[in-house]
Amino acid sequence: MTYSTQPAEHLLSLRGISKRFGAVRALTDVDLDVYAGEVVAIVGDNGAGKSTLVKILSGVHPQDAGEISFEGVPVTISNPTEARGLGIETIYQDLSLCDNLDVVSNLWLGRELLTNGGLDEVAMEQQSWTLLRELNARIPSVRVPVAALSGGQRQVVAIARSLVGDPKVVILDEPTAALGVAQTAEVLNLIERLRERGLGVILISHNIADVQAVSDRIVVLRLGRNNGDLRVADVTSEMIIGAITGASDASLLRGTRPAAVAR
Amino acid sequence: MTTTDIPTIADPNESGARAAVRDFVARARGGDLGSAPVVAGLIVIWIVFEILNPTFLSSTNLVNLTMQSAAVGTIALGVVLVLLIGEIDLSVGSVSGLASAVLAVGFVELGMPLPVVLVAAVASGALVGLLFGLIRTRFGVPSFVITLAGLLGVLGVQLAVLGRTGSINLPFESWIVQFGTQWFLPAWLSYTLVVAAVGSYAWSQVVLARRRTEARLPAVPLRTIIVRSVALLVLLTAAAWYLNLSRGVGVMFALFLLLAALTQLALTRTRWGRSVYAVGGNVEAARRAGIRVNRVYVSVFVLCSSLAALGGVFAAARLAAANQSSGGGDTNLNAIAAAVIGGTSLFGGRGSALSAVLGVIVIMSITSGLALINPDSSLRYIITGAVLLLAVVIDSLSRRSRAAAGRA
Ligand SMILES: Nc1ncnc2c1ncn2[C@@H]1O[C@H](COP(=O)(O)OP(=O)(O)OP(=O)(O)O)[C@@H](O)[C@H]1O
Ligand SMILES: [Mg+2]
Repeated sequence: MTYSTQPAEHLLSLRGISKRFGAVRALTDVDLDVYAGEVVAIVGDNGAGKSTLVKILSGVHPQDAGEISFEGVPVTISNPTEARGLGIETIYQDLSLCDNLDVVSNLWLGRELLTNGGLDEVAMEQQSWTLLRELNARIPSVRVPVAALSGGQRQVVAIARSLVGDPKVVILDEPTAALGVAQTAEVLNLIERLRERGLGVILISHNIADVQAVSDRIVVLRLGRNNGDLRVADVTSEMIIGAITGASDASLLRGTRPAAVAR
Repeated sequence: MTTTDIPTIADPNESGARAAVRDFVARARGGDLGSAPVVAGLIVIWIVFEILNPTFLSSTNLVNLTMQSAAVGTIALGVVLVLLIGEIDLSVGSVSGLASAVLAVGFVELGMPLPVVLVAAVASGALVGLLFGLIRTRFGVPSFVITLAGLLGVLGVQLAVLGRTGSINLPFESWIVQFGTQWFLPAWLSYTLVVAAVGSYAWSQVVLARRRTEARLPAVPLRTIIVRSVALLVLLTAAAWYLNLSRGVGVMFALFLLLAALTQLALTRTRWGRSVYAVGGNVEAARRAGIRVNRVYVSVFVLCSSLAALGGVFAAARLAAANQSSGGGDTNLNAIAAAVIGGTSLFGGRGSALSAVLGVIVIMSITSGLALINPDSSLRYIITGAVLLLAVVIDSLSRRSRAAAGRA
């Protein structure tokens, strides 16, 4: 694994993204930027369009309008395989693990290593340990079925799984929604590991404390539109909630305004 | 999870035995009992029948039992595959009957050479499986319904192939009948095969352990490999010796064991096998992982029907005949019951080819044991049904224990 040393490679840039489902305008004219080595949180109320934005990035839905560039090159992402080919991995809310398979099998599912035409279990297990150790992940054994792991450990496996293909951008849709305090801390820790590896991380969460703990930048969506692009260091949780609910003026919060707004 | 007492990473260099014990406990607590219940059940069944009738465990009777097991066991092997992807095939009995009919009509009535007829018989099964697989993937119809329709439709085709005669005898001198009834491994060959099988198992374990040690992963210690291999060698040699007291190990039964071993290798050592388990565990996850799910479905339905057809060929070879009731009666249910009794889950994703072998031996033991006591089949159906029910209850309970542990 190589760690990117340049602080700010512009990985993803979305401009004017719109998407409607019949009469529902899920997204209108949304912009989003992601740089290497940063965690961008996307927050917003239920139905604000967060999942829709992620689905466009991961190739589940095409956008109706707007441009996506990846590493400065305009791209179209028409299916999940193309997204993965570009280096965009998505960890869905419902995990997408096979409970009956062990950790190694899940990590390598669909891209198993082979030797003499058969599965190379030794190489896969060894590289699984390497990966989990790099992530500082707490997994008791890589040879138990995923069904025997706790919710937090399963989330860790799901995240580690996304790294096997060596992606540039990792998207996590509510990774801590079903977890307790200790397990949440573990996943947040892991997200920091991802940033240290130089990945661009997109985090969707309803939990403002989690977002403040781990992200560098917060992009607020409200009713399918941008309603703020905030540097975490500059804002309080009240201001974030204000932007989510529409209580504060979006234009005031737009861009990386200096600490003038902070009390 | 308590974060205090678990090391950040379990030490991959810890002793292999301890790791193995810990993995087994984790599996058992996760509700994954494997072959343990069926082996225990088989021992109980054998003890009970031996007490009721001391000829049950005689060499002659056990040789008959193995020869009866080959056909249904081969069909059950295919059923294991469909169950693994979380589907079902209710038509295996009809498909085996169709293959019997194709074999008999082609060979006896049309006078075609045996190899051609055998290929045609198995191909007829493959074709049926292809049809099931395509309907399943194109239209999303549940396999329960497709194969229930297939049960009737294929039975109709079988009757049409047999034509007005309805029953055709295979010439006793033909090698296919000899194979099904008279061919037994010479004693020396049976022992040689046992040694070769155990030897290659031991060797593969040693090579694996060496590679794992080189990769600094926990490996099974050489001592454990030796103990296991010797135990296996003693068990298989004793079994071969006991069968050799009368006619010996049937070639057809040996072929069934070989098929089971090959299926097991394909399931555990290939990408295809891994995708079979993945589809059975979580189709959506398999699809998102880039597995071509439809190909897995079609390949499994084709394999299941092909194995059912091969089972039909075995049955015709053993009975030296094919007729309108070939593959009828309890063939279907015995094959499906064998897979489930052997420990393959009805809920998909859990099981192994070994369960077809163990399951069919349980079913045939019940059949043979009761036939010795009471030729009436009423009791046999009731007991087989009860054992099947027991197996399904165990399957459901272990699934529930997984769910209770938050591991469904
Ligand atoms: N496939 C779809 N068909 C029709 N409408 C959809 C579809 N997907 C999303 N929508 C609608 O688009 C809007 C945005 O939904 P989205 O799931 O993106 O919200 P969200 O921000 O992820 O909400 P939550 O916090 O509840 O997950 C909602 O009004 C939703 O009903
Ligand atoms: Mg959502």
